[in-house]
Amino acid sequence: MSDETVVQTKPFAVTLDAGTSLLNKTGTWRTHRPVYVDRLPPCNNACPAGENIQAWLFEAEEGNYEAAWRKIMEENPFPSIMGRVCYQPCERACNRVKLDESVGINSVERFLGDQAIKYDWKVPVGQDTGKRVMVVGAGPGGLAAAYHLRRLGHQVSVFEQGAKAGGMLRWGIPKYRLPRERLNAEIDRIEEMGVEIRLNSPVRDLKAEMAAGGYDAVFLATGAHTPKALDIPMTGNIPVVEGITLLRDVELEQTKYLKGRVVVYGGGNTAMDVARSAKRLTGFTPKVIVRRARERMAAHEFEVHEALEETVDILNLRTIKEIRGNTFVLEKMVASDDGRPHPTGQFEEIEGDVLVMALGQDTDLSLLDTLPDMEINWGVLTVDAGMMTAYPGIFAGGDMVPSERTVTTAIGHGKKAARNIDAWLRGDHYTRPEKHQVVTYDMLNPWYYSDAPRTVRPTLELIRRQSGFAEVIGDLNEENALFEARRCMSCGNCFECDNCYGICPDNAITKLGPGRRFAFKYDYCKGCGMCATECPCGAINVVPEEI
Amino acid sequence: MPYLPESKQKVKFYQTGTFTVGNRLLEDDQRSVQATIDRSNSLDSGHRACQGCGEALGARFAIDAAMRATNNQLIAANATGCLEVFTTPYPETAWSIPWIHSLFGNASAVASGIAAALKVKGRDEVRVIAQGGDGGTTDIGLGCLSGTFDRNDDVLYICYNNQAYMNTGVQRSSATPAAARTATTMPVGKQPGNAFNTGKSVPLIAIAHQIPYVATASVHDLHDLELKVTKAMQIHGARYIEIFVPCPLGWGSIPGDTIKVARYAVESGMYPLLEGEYGEITAVTKIRKQVPVAEYLKLQKRFAHVFKPANAHQLAELEGIAARNIKRFDLLSREANANE
Amino acid sequence: MLKQIEGSQAVAEAVALCRPEVISAYPITPQTHIVEDLGHMVKSGKISPCEFLLVESEFGALSACIGSSAAGARSYTATSSQGILFMMEAVYNASGMGLPIVMTVGNRAIGAPINIWNDWSDSMSARDAGWIQLFVESNQQAVDVHIQAFKLAEELSMPVMVCMDGFILTHSYSQVDIPTQADVDGFLPPFQPRQVLDPAAPLSMGAMVGPEAFTEVRYLAHHKQREALNLIPQQAAEFERVMGRDSGGLLKEFECAGQDTVVVTMGSVIGTMKEVLSDMRDQGHSIGALTLRSFRPFPIEAVREALKDAKRVIVFEKSLAVGMGGILANDVRMATRDLNLKVHSVIGGLGGRPITRANLRRMFEKGLNDQLHNIHFHDIRIDVVNRELEREKAQRDSGSIAENILHDVGVVAAAKTI
Repeated sequence: MSDETVVQTKPFAVTLDAGTSLLNKTGTWRTHRPVYVDRLPPCNNACPAGENIQAWLFEAEEGNYEAAWRKIMEENPFPSIMGRVCYQPCERACNRVKLDESVGINSVERFLGDQAIKYDWKVPVGQDTGKRVMVVGAGPGGLAAAYHLRRLGHQVSVFEQGAKAGGMLRWGIPKYRLPRERLNAEIDRIEEMGVEIRLNSPVRDLKAEMAAGGYDAVFLATGAHTPKALDIPMTGNIPVVEGITLLRDVELEQTKYLKGRVVVYGGGNTAMDVARSAKRLTGFTPKVIVRRARERMAAHEFEVHEALEETVDILNLRTIKEIRGNTFVLEKMVASDDGRPHPTGQFEEIEGDVLVMALGQDTDLSLLDTLPDMEINWGVLTVDAGMMTAYPGIFAGGDMVPSERTVTTAIGHGKKAARNIDAWLRGDHYTRPEKHQVVTYDMLNPWYYSDAPRTVRPTLELIRRQSGFAEVIGDLNEENALFEARRCMSCGNCFECDNCYGICPDNAITKLGPGRRFAFKYDYCKGCGMCATECPCGAINVVPEEI
Repeated sequence: MPYLPESKQKVKFYQTGTFTVGNRLLEDDQRSVQATIDRSNSLDSGHRACQGCGEALGARFAIDAAMRATNNQLIAANATGCLEVFTTPYPETAWSIPWIHSLFGNASAVASGIAAALKVKGRDEVRVIAQGGDGGTTDIGLGCLSGTFDRNDDVLYICYNNQAYMNTGVQRSSATPAAARTATTMPVGKQPGNAFNTGKSVPLIAIAHQIPYVATASVHDLHDLELKVTKAMQIHGARYIEIFVPCPLGWGSIPGDTIKVARYAVESGMYPLLEGEYGEITAVTKIRKQVPVAEYLKLQKRFAHVFKPANAHQLAELEGIAARNIKRFDLLSREANANE
Repeated sequence: MLKQIEGSQAVAEAVALCRPEVISAYPITPQTHIVEDLGHMVKSGKISPCEFLLVESEFGALSACIGSSAAGARSYTATSSQGILFMMEAVYNASGMGLPIVMTVGNRAIGAPINIWNDWSDSMSARDAGWIQLFVESNQQAVDVHIQAFKLAEELSMPVMVCMDGFILTHSYSQVDIPTQADVDGFLPPFQPRQVLDPAAPLSMGAMVGPEAFTEVRYLAHHKQREALNLIPQQAAEFERVMGRDSGGLLKEFECAGQDTVVVTMGSVIGTMKEVLSDMRDQGHSIGALTLRSFRPFPIEAVREALKDAKRVIVFEKSLAVGMGGILANDVRMATRDLNLKVHSVIGGLGGRPITRANLRRMFEKGLNDQLHNIHFHDIRIDVVNRELEREKAQRDSGSIAENILHDVGVVAAAKTI
C-alpha cells in the first residue's frame, strides 16, 4: 500500500463544507429595503386623554396587569372610573371592527383600574420642585391636572366649592354607572400622593386668591354647571327640575318630588341619565322629548341604547310648546336634508307629572371678573395651544374652554395643562412629540388574527337594572379580561409575533430577544418584501434603496 | 415533554391570539421552531434563490422542524432542481446539515440507501429526509419514490410543489394546474394554458401505497406545517409530505406575496391540506376564511388569460375544481374544528 | 476452501466475505444468481449486519448504493446489459462523487434486438463513466478480483466494476478456492470513507460545479485512475502473498514475450484461446497472447511494454463501436502508436455467438497469413448479410433487418413449421 498515491481529502469542489454560503452577501441584489416603523394605532389617536392604549393592552395580554395599569397611569389617573364612564372613542376607532368587533378596551381598562384598587397600587411622586400650583375645581380635569403636576414634583392645592371632590363624576353620573367606592378610591389615591383638596372652598376672586396663596401657576377647571334656561308657557304647577340638579339630588337621595310620570326635555347624556334614574325611582316609564332625530341625538349611542333597553320612551322630532296642568302640548318637527329640525305646525298632547329640563349647562366665569383681559367667547374661555389663558401662568381646561365636554376630554385637558404648566414653571415650552402615521385597516394583515368574538360583558338582568342603582355593567374576570386584551391587533406597533423572523426566505432577520424586537441583516436581505406583507400589524415599511 | 402537543386541537392557539409564527402568548414549547432564536437554520443565508422564493422558505420550515424533532440528527438527500442549485453552487453551500445531491430522479432511492446504511450501523437516532421539487417527485422521481414507499423504508420524502419545472425555465410538470401558463403550455389556442383533466396527485398516490403517513402542507400555515413534519418524524417507515411553495418567477406573482398566494390557494380550495395514514385520509385542515378562486388566480400572471371574456369557461372550470375539492375533502364544515 | 460451484455462487460467497453492509439489486439475466445467493445469505443472517434492498429498478439499485456508500456503508450491487443502461445516470454520478461502490456486471449484449447472451456491449457503454473496470477470465479470478475490488475502491474512493462474461462464467460450474473469512479480513480492512454523511460533521455532497472548476474535477478523476495503475499491481501482489494465488494485475501475458504475433483480449475467452495458441505454437507458429484485467484505467505503458517486440497484434473483443470498429483495439492502437506493428481488430462473440477452438484457429491462421481485415468480424455469416443488403438495394421497405436475417438463418422458418 502506497500512502503517497492516495490523497485522504474530501473530493474537490463536489463536496463542500457546511454553511459556507454566508460568504455570499445577497443583500447586493436588493432594490427595496424593509425598515421597522412605529405607527400610531387608531385607538391611541382617538383617545381624548391621550392614553397609549395599544401599549397597555400589550402588557395586559401577558397578564402583566400592574405594568399595564402603570402605563395607563402615565396618562390618566382614573382607569377604574374611565372603564365605566368613558364614551369609548377608542373602540369606535379600533381597526378590529372591520375584522369582527372592536376590542373591549373599556372593560379591560376597568378591570385594570379595579385591580389597582384591590391591590392598593400606588403612584410615585416626583422630586419636589418647590413650585406651588393652584387648581380650581375638583372635577375630572382639575384632579387630573393635580395628579400629573404632583407626579412632576409640584405642590398642588385644589379648591372645590362643593362638599365632595369629583365634580360631574359625582354629581352628573348616577351611581349605577359609577359606584362611589370606585370614584372615592381613585380620588383618595391622588390625595394620598400629597395633593391638597380644599372642599367647600369656592374661589370668587381668582386674582385675590392667587396672591393670597402665593401660587406660581393656576389651572382653572370649574366646568359648566349652570343649566341652560328655556321659557315654556306653563299653567298649573307641576314640579320643574333641572336635570343636573336632579342627578345631584339622586346622589344625595333627596328626590321625594320625583313621583309619577316624568317628562324629560333634552337629548343629551344627562337626559338619558335622568330618564333612567326616573325609571328606577318612579316605576313609571319616563318620556324623553327630543328636538332632533334619533340618529342626531347628542347622547352617546350606548347611552341611548341602554335607555331604550330599559324601556325609556324617547319621542324624537318634538318640542314642548306649552304645558297646561298635566297636559304637555308637543309640536312635531321634521328634519330637513341637513338634519336640522323644522316646525310643522302639527301638535300632539301627552300627560306628565314632573318636567325635567336637561338641555345642557353653561359655565360660571364670575371668578374671572377681576381679570379683565380674559377672552371669553360664547360663554367659554379662550386658551392657546398650551391651554394658557391671556394671563401668563393661568391655564384652563375642561368644560369651561371650547371642548367636547366629556369626562375623558376633561382628563386629557388636565394632563395637557399639567405638562404645559410644568414646562412654563421651568421657563421652558412643552412640545408634543411628533405624531406617527395613523394605522388604517389596509396596512394590516388580518389573516393572522383569530376570529375571537368580543367577550360580552356580563349584564345584570334588566329588571334588576330598572329597579335599583346597583352597577349595571358587570366586571370582566381575569380570564376574559386577558382574552379581551389579546384581541388587540397592536396596530402599527411590533408585538414581537416573530412573523418577519420566521418567514424570511433568506433568514435575513435577527431576533434580538424578548422586548428587543428584531433587526434586518441587510447583508443578506434581498428585499422581497414578504416581511412587510406578512407583518400582521403594519410595523414594517418597504422603501426604495438608495442607489 | 413533546415539542408540540399530540394534536393541533389541544393548542389553545386561536384563543390566545394569532396565527403568527411565534405567538408570544403560547408556552415556549408550543411555539413554532421558526420563532426560536436557536432554530437550526438548516438552510442559511447566502443561498441564491430568487426574491420571495417559496421553496427556500418551505425547505427551512420543514428541515428546521425535522431537526428539532430529531434533536438535530438528520441527513437529507436532495433531487436536482432549484433547491439543489440555489443552495449548493461550488464553492458555497447553504446547508448546515449533512446533505447529498445525486440526481434528478433518485432522491428517494439515495435516501433509502442512507437509511439502510444507518440501520446497519445501528445509528437509530439519525433520521433521513429526501426532498425535491414537483418535477423530481411527480415525474422523473416517481419510480424510485414508489419503491421507497413500497419497501416502507424509513424515509420522509418532502416534495416542494411549485407546480412546474422552474429550474429549467418554467415548463409543465404533472403537478402543473389546469389553465396555468408555462413555457410548454402557452396561453394560446382554444384551451390556453395547461390542459384540463391532466396531471396527478402524488399525495393520493402515496396514500394508495398505504404508508404510515402522508400530508400536504403550505408555507402560509407554519404551525400546521411544523406539526405535520414533527408528526412525520415521530413515525418510522415511509412518509410523504408535499408542501405548497409559490414561485414568484414562474407564477408571475409579486415576491412579497408568496405567502399570500399560498394562503389564497388553500383558502380558495385549490390546494387542500390533508393527512393520510395507512391508506386512509384521516384529517383535513379546514378553510378558515374562504377566498374566491378568482382572488387566488388574480395574484398570478400565469392565470391572466382566464380573465379574458373568451376564456370565462376556464375560470368557471377552475372554480369547479375548487368546489369539488371542498366537497370531496369536506374543507368547509365546522363541526370538527375544536378551536371554536 | 475448494468448492465445485457455479460462478455466480462463487462471486456471492466472495462478496459475502467482504462484509458488505448494504446490497441493493434489481434482477436481470444473467446477474440474477449472484443477488439471489446474496439475498439468501442476508436473510439467513450469514451476512450480518447487512441490509438487502429490493428495489424497483437498476436506477434505484445504484442510487440506493450511492446513498448507503455516502453514509459510510460498504455497498454492492450487480447488473447486466439493459440494467447498466437504465442506471447509467447513476453510474456516472457514483464515480463523480467518488463513492467506492463495487458492482458486478454479468456481461450481456444490449438490445434491440433483445438478446440475453454474452458480449461486452454493456460494460463498454460505461467505459468512460469514471469507474474502474476489471475483466476476469475465470470464476476463481472473479472471486479474487471482487475481494481486491473493495479494497481498491475504498482506497481510491472510486467505484469499481467487475466484469465477468454472462453465462460463460456466471452460470458455469467449476472448482473454485474460496478464501477463509480470516484471510479476507486480513486483506481487506473495514471501510473508512473519505467523506461521510454524519450529523456530527455536516458537509454537502454533490455540489453544482461550473466552468471554473469542472475541468479540474475531471482531471482529478483521471489522475486518480492513473494512480490506480500503481495500486492495482500492488494489491494483486499483496493478495498473492496472503492467498498464495496469482489473480492477475493490470494484465497477464501468456507466452507473448518475443512472439511475432500477439493476440490481445479480455475476459473468459482466453481459456479457449490458450488451448488453440498452445497447439499453434507446438506447430511452430510464433504467436502468444495478452489479456487485460484492467480495462479502465487502461494500462497504456504495460500494454506497450508487453507488445514492444511484436510485429502483429490481433485484438479480439466481444464489443463493437458501431461505425468505428473495435473498442479495445482502438485503445491498443493508442498504446502502441509509436511501435512498428500492425493491429487487427477482430470483433467476435457478439450476442453469445459461440467462439470455438476451430473458428479461432481459422481466424488466427488468417492473421498469420495477413488475411485479416483491419476490422474483422469473426465468424460472420457474410452470405446472410449480403442477401439482406441486396434486398435493401432492391426495395425501399425491405422489412426488419433482424427478422430478415432470422429468416435467412432459418430460425423463423423453423419456428413456423413447429
